[in-house]
Amino acid sequence: MSPVIPIRSDATNGCGDAPVLRERGQREVFCGLTGIIWLHRKIQDAFFLVVGSRTCAHLIQSAAGVMIFAEPRFATAIIDERDLAGLADCNTELDRVVTRLLERRPDIKLLFLVGSCPSEVIKLDLSRAASRLSAQFSPDVRVLNYSGSGIETTFTQGEDACLASLVPSLPAAEASPALMVVGALSDVVEDQFARLFAQLGIGRVHFFPPRKATLLPPVGPGTRFLLAQPFLADTARALESRGARRLAAPYPLGVEGTTLWLQAAANEFAVSPQVFEQTTAPPRQRASAALARQRLRLSGKRIFFFPDSQLEVPLARFLSRELGMSLVEVGTPYLHREHLAEELALLPPDTLLSEGQHVENQLDRCRAERPDIVVCGLGLANPLEAEGLTTKWAIELVFTPIHGYDQASDLAELFTRPLVRRLQLAA
Amino acid sequence: MQLTLWTYEGPPHVGAMRIATAMESVHYVLHAPQGDTYADLLFTMIERLPKRPPVTYTTFQARDLGGDTAEMFKTAAREAFERFKPKAMMVGASCTAELIQDDPGGLCRALDLPVPVVALELPSYQRKENWGASETFYQMVRALAGPVAPIAPRDTSLRPRCNILGPTALGFRHRDDLREITGLLDRLGVDVNVVAPLGATPDDLGRLRDASFNVVLYPEIASLTAQWLQRSFGQAMTRTVPLGSGATRDFIAEVAGLAGIDPTAALANADARAPWYARSVDSTYLTGKRVFVFGDATHVIAAARMAAREMGFTVVGMGTYSREFAREVREAAKLYGVEALITDDYLDVEQKISELQVELVLGTQMERHIAKRLGVPCAVISAPVHVQDFPARYSPQMGFEGANVMFDSWVHPLMMGLEEHLIGMFRGDAEFHEDAAPSHLGGAAKRHEMQPPSAMGPAQAVIASTSEAPNQTVAGTTTWGADAEQELRKIPFFVRGKARRNTEIYAREKGLPIITIEALYDAKAHFSR
Repeated sequence: MSPVIPIRSDATNGCGDAPVLRERGQREVFCGLTGIIWLHRKIQDAFFLVVGSRTCAHLIQSAAGVMIFAEPRFATAIIDERDLAGLADCNTELDRVVTRLLERRPDIKLLFLVGSCPSEVIKLDLSRAASRLSAQFSPDVRVLNYSGSGIETTFTQGEDACLASLVPSLPAAEASPALMVVGALSDVVEDQFARLFAQLGIGRVHFFPPRKATLLPPVGPGTRFLLAQPFLADTARALESRGARRLAAPYPLGVEGTTLWLQAAANEFAVSPQVFEQTTAPPRQRASAALARQRLRLSGKRIFFFPDSQLEVPLARFLSRELGMSLVEVGTPYLHREHLAEELALLPPDTLLSEGQHVENQLDRCRAERPDIVVCGLGLANPLEAEGLTTKWAIELVFTPIHGYDQASDLAELFTRPLVRRLQLAA
Repeated sequence: MQLTLWTYEGPPHVGAMRIATAMESVHYVLHAPQGDTYADLLFTMIERLPKRPPVTYTTFQARDLGGDTAEMFKTAAREAFERFKPKAMMVGASCTAELIQDDPGGLCRALDLPVPVVALELPSYQRKENWGASETFYQMVRALAGPVAPIAPRDTSLRPRCNILGPTALGFRHRDDLREITGLLDRLGVDVNVVAPLGATPDDLGRLRDASFNVVLYPEIASLTAQWLQRSFGQAMTRTVPLGSGATRDFIAEVAGLAGIDPTAALANADARAPWYARSVDSTYLTGKRVFVFGDATHVIAAARMAAREMGFTVVGMGTYSREFAREVREAAKLYGVEALITDDYLDVEQKISELQVELVLGTQMERHIAKRLGVPCAVISAPVHVQDFPARYSPQMGFEGANVMFDSWVHPLMMGLEEHLIGMFRGDAEFHEDAAPSHLGGAAKRHEMQPPSAMGPAQAVIASTSEAPNQTVAGTTTWGADAEQELRKIPFFVRGKARRNTEIYAREKGLPIITIEALYDAKAHFSR
């Protein structure tokens, strides 16, 4: 058992050693292609070309809903029966499609070839295609590849795969220490964190992914990185292979999580406790006061998480410790023990953790428990509402600024709103 | 490979899901990778169904590919049967599962379930959603309709009975079309035997033979099945789709013919306001408005007829993404002297719309985006649609009430007559200006120009005009004089694009190096008929 070092000296070890219910069966989750929906907005000069089937194209457009534009920065190269006849043909076809695309969009600086289930199953070598096309379109366009297939990635793991594919092309940094914040954050949150780190006196801070593909952050042995999101296992490994070191911390959700997350950086960069206190006290107090109002509504309520994004554990920690909710079940598609060690230590002991899914069995457990609120995907939300349960659809948690002090009460409000609404409509 | 920004149709297994979800007591076991459950939210979110679609997915992952995915499928099918106790099962594969070739049909036979199991062969790399729905419905009916034999003639003293075929889950206005047409048939004196697939059980499919003819509401879904029923049971089928007042009258006459009843009373009592609304003087300004129609074949053919004959629009272009019905759409397009655009490439449609300089687009959700980008009014007439086109209120497209609904929703995006006149007469108003959205639509949203503003120099104007009309090989030889460009701005915005194009064509024909005000008016006179 890996040693768990509690950041706070709690009486218990939380959930650090707790057994996990592992299930296999139908998984009601998105595939990693869905990550494209927020990544294409974050990296403004990147284009995502899915190499897949009509299903893949249909998925992205259905998931993106009304947000799709006349000229989106993603598309699908749909494999058809002619491509399935022979692989050589497939590569020529891909080159043709990419050439047509880049002619149409000369503003693109970075092109991701995104693998899908069909392209993985027919073993289309997209990494070779990427290096071939990169050579052809260099220096104007860099072409990379990653897999967002459902067979390999679940929802937010698409971002992990994308960022991991970018790591080898990050410029080399000098040895002097610098901080990197890893994980796509909304612009407003990124700016808040940048200001806090500046006030703490941590001079060189880079955010990864950057807003422009041409502004990639440097990485090297001096790099210390903080994960802003819990689903970045491969990215962390790739950064470590370039000499960077991860700062272990819980995730910056809620007042406590944000403080401990900032503390991990402050410790590493030898920020004095005084400066840390001075910097964090005002936003901490502000956020705590805002949270107190939400606590009145959420305290004592029972919450059930279906697996979706890997954000479930940090969210459960925040909701239980800062808002007094009780955790019925915390499901996650994938539990990375090392990256979640600090989170698990803060969870109440004997929380029911489940990894993977057998959706019918999990629905049976959920119905039997009749929690006050259920966090689940859009395929389950309305059917559960129709059964009289209150739900919070999980994808919104990925599309909303929720990190940091000033978003803590917004995050709580996402859970309050469905409960308030149910009361209002019943009245 | 095909570069796709948008797809008009999903893969064929989504069509199969639409049949399964429409029906009762049916369960669909789909061999598919993790993630394909996204399709559930089409039904739970877009159509807002309060139940999960009756679909069990195997959701295999990469680690399963090394093992026994066939066994996974069998487990999923067995568990689904035990849990849901359906009266019939459908089994099939999604695009990825098609590649690993586990043969769901054969595997399910080995399970020896005590209910009919229909194995679906849906070639994902060739076919699409509507084909998948049509094929699935056909296979279900073939499997469950009972032995093939001509049916005995019915007792003529009873009211005639028909089946209604075609409405599915996730169909554009299927819910209300069905109610409208059921009411229409009832007033006509015709009973409905079975509606399928929407709301039908496997047992209901066994009763299809009890009707004397079939009403096909959506040929994309049901014409294959209706043809088989015709061959197997001798049931006639309707060919007219009752979209628009004229088509509804034709439909009544056709049904009356098949049922052997007199339609006079039903036609006399037809409660359609749309024809009168279109004749009223307020609608005069609609005359000759240039419309482009795109969508599935059925809705496009019907919308073009209604646009031309019942609204007085000019159909300047029409097309469909339904390749299976390309011939019908080509035939219909000939009626309006245009060539049909048969494509599922969104970029082709976009190019056509901008070339034709239309004043109204009748299309799908995608055309809504194209129209937004080009600043052209748009109404939705066909799937694919988004959540706002599964409305709470009664909103059929079919029958007389459907014609009323279409009249309102097509006219709504157009600028109203008086405002249009006043903007043509007076310019430079701070609030009511030509670049503002029609004021009855509220908001002060800035309208995108159909053409670039005149502020640019001649050289830029040349570039702009060539990029708008990439098909014109000689483009680039004409230049707009600053005064002519200024004059062009005085032409009302919704016809300005056409004026620009016509003037440029005229200038090229005459070999004019620079377009002057004179040339602009010469061109106007030249093209006016």
